[in-house]
Amino acid sequence: MGHYVLRRVLQMIPVFFGATLLIFLMVYSLPGDPIAAMFGDKAADPATVAHLKHQYYLDQPLWKQYLHYMNNIFHLDFGTSFTGRPVSEIMKDAFPVTIRLALVAFFFEIVIGLPLGLIAGLKRGSIADTLVLLVTLVVISIPVFVLGYIAQTVFAINLGWVTATVQDSRDISQLILPGLVLASLSLAYVARLTRTSIGENLRADYMRTAVAKGLPRRTVVGRHLLRNSLIPVVTFLGTDLGALMGGAIVTEGIFNIAGIGNVLYKAINQKEGPTVVGIVTVLVIVYLVASLVVDLLYAVLDPRIRYA
Amino acid sequence: MPDRNEPIPDDHDPLRNINPTDSDHLDYVGQQGLAVEQETLIEPDPAKREQARSLWGDAWRDLRRRPIFLVSTVLIVLLILIAIFPGLFTGTDPRASDLINNYLRRPDWTDFFGGGWFGYDGQGRSIYARVIYGARASITVGICVTLAVTLLGGMAGMAAGFFGGWSDAVISRITDIFFGIPLLLGALVLLNAFSVRTVWSVVIALAFLGWTQLARVMRGSVITVKQSDYVVAGRALGAGTSRLMFRHILPNAIAPVIVVATIALGGYITAEATLSFLGIGLQDPTISWGVDISSAQKVIRQAPFVLFFPAAALSITVLAFIMMGDAVRDALDPKLR
Repeated sequence: MGHYVLRRVLQMIPVFFGATLLIFLMVYSLPGDPIAAMFGDKAADPATVAHLKHQYYLDQPLWKQYLHYMNNIFHLDFGTSFTGRPVSEIMKDAFPVTIRLALVAFFFEIVIGLPLGLIAGLKRGSIADTLVLLVTLVVISIPVFVLGYIAQTVFAINLGWVTATVQDSRDISQLILPGLVLASLSLAYVARLTRTSIGENLRADYMRTAVAKGLPRRTVVGRHLLRNSLIPVVTFLGTDLGALMGGAIVTEGIFNIAGIGNVLYKAINQKEGPTVVGIVTVLVIVYLVASLVVDLLYAVLDPRIRYA
Repeated sequence: MPDRNEPIPDDHDPLRNINPTDSDHLDYVGQQGLAVEQETLIEPDPAKREQARSLWGDAWRDLRRRPIFLVSTVLIVLLILIAIFPGLFTGTDPRASDLINNYLRRPDWTDFFGGGWFGYDGQGRSIYARVIYGARASITVGICVTLAVTLLGGMAGMAAGFFGGWSDAVISRITDIFFGIPLLLGALVLLNAFSVRTVWSVVIALAFLGWTQLARVMRGSVITVKQSDYVVAGRALGAGTSRLMFRHILPNAIAPVIVVATIALGGYITAEATLSFLGIGLQDPTISWGVDISSAQKVIRQAPFVLFFPAAALSITVLAFIMMGDAVRDALDPKLR
C-alpha cells in the first residue's frame, strides 16, 4: 500500500507540471496583449508598457516565465493580477464560496442520485425504473444553462420561493437551488451508473449465495450488493468533485454567485493571465488529489484489489 | 412414477452404448447420416443457413428491434437533413430583422412553418427560421469533434495499449495531463485567443482537449484484446505489427470506443452551446442555438418562448444522440442482456 501511494504521488508530479505548463502556454503564448488591453482604446506610453511588462515578467522568454511562476507557487505566491491584487487573495475570497456550492451539489448527487439508481436497479423494468431512466435522460439532454434559467424563472420569479440571485453565499438555504442546478447533470449520471452497476451485480454468484444462505435482505443489499456496485460510482463522484468546481462557471453566472467560476470567467475575458493560471493550477491540484483519493478508496470498497 | 434419484440406465444414452451389432446403434448412425444429408442439401441456399453471427451482426439485429434506436435514428436523420438543407424547411431569412414583428407578439400557431410560427425574438427575427438554421452549427461541431476525438484518442490509446512499456507510460502521462484540465475551462482559455471564432475554431478547441477519454477507453480495450488467443496465434504465425493492429485487434477493440464516442457527441453539442452562451464560442454571423439562448435572457420575463424554442431544439438534438448511444451500448454490451 505504501509503495502504491508513493508511486501514485510520483506519477502525479509530471502530470502536475505538464498540466500547468499546458495552461500556461495556452494563456501566455496565444495572441492578445494583456498589457495593451489594460489601456483599453487609449494609446499606451511605451515606457509604461515596458515597465509593466518587466513588472509582470512578460519581457522574459516563455520558459523563464514558467519557471519563475512555478518557483513562486512553491512559495505559495500565485503572483499579482493585472489589477494589482494578489491572486492568492482573490482566490481566498472566491474559493470558499465555490467549495460550499460544490459541496451542496455533491450532497444532492449522493442523497438523490444514489437512491434513484438503487431503486431503478433493484426493480429493473418496473415503472419506477422506466421513470428514473426517462427523467435522467431528459436531465442529461437539457444543458445546464437552460435548466438554470428554467429553475430561476419558475422557483424564483414565478413562485417566489427563493431569491433569483444569491445574496449571501454563507446562507446555505440560498445555495439549494444553484446547488441542485449544478448537480443535475452529475446526479443523473450517478443514478444511471448505480442502476447499471446494481443490475450487473445482482446476477453475480455471491449474490445468489448470500440470498441462498438466508441473509436478511438488508445485509444482502447493503453489505454485498451496494458495496460492490459502488466502485464505479465512487470513481465518478471523485473525479466529479473537480469537474463541479470547473463547471460552476455557468451556474455561478446565472445565479450571480461570486465564486471561482465567476472570477475565472471575468479573468479569461479580460485576459488576466496571472488570475487564470493561478485558479486553473489550483483546480488541477484539486483534480489530482481527488483522483488519488478515489484510487485509495478502491481498496476500502473492494478487498479484491490489493496494491503491491 | 420413478424415483428422481434413481440413476438413469446406461443404455438410454446411445453414445455410451456403441455396439456394432446393435440395431439401435445402426439406426442412430442412419439418423445421423440423414441429418448430414439434409445439411448438405440445405447448405447451397445461403439465405436459410444459420450463420454464426458476429458481435456486429448480433448488435445490429438487436438494434433494429429497439424503439429507442429507431426514434433516435429518425430524429438524427431529420436533424442532419435540416443541417444540410435548411432552406427546405423554411423560406424565411433567419437574419432578416423586422422590428414590427417583435417578441411582444405571441407565436402564431396558425402560421404553419411560416416566419411567425414560433414568434419573433428581441430583434424581430423569426425564431423558427433561426432554430432551423442553428442546427448546422451544432451538428457540425458534434460530428466533427467526435470524429477528430475518436481518431486522435483511438490512435493514442492503440499505441499505448499495443506497445505497452515506455510508450504506454509516456502516452498515459500525456493523457493524464490533458485529462487534468476541465474541458470547458480549457476551451474557454483556448477560444479566447481566437479573435474571429468560427465553427472550426470551436471544433479544434474541443478536439484538442477532449481526446483523452477515448484514449483511455481504447487503451483498456486494446490491452484486453491483445491477450486473446487469436492475437497470440496471429503473432506466432508471423503477422506484422500493422496487420495485428488493424486486422486482429482494432475490429475487436473498437466497440466500447464507438459507444463512448456516440454518447460523447451529445456532450460536445452541449459544450459548444455552453461556450456560445458564455460569449466565447460561436459568434455572428454564425447562427447558434447557444447564442440565441444567451440573447433571450434579456426578454425572458416578457417572452419565455424566445428562450424556449432554441433550448428545446438543442435539448432534442442532444437527446437524440444520447439515446442512440444508449441503444448502441445496450446492443453491444452482452453483460446487460
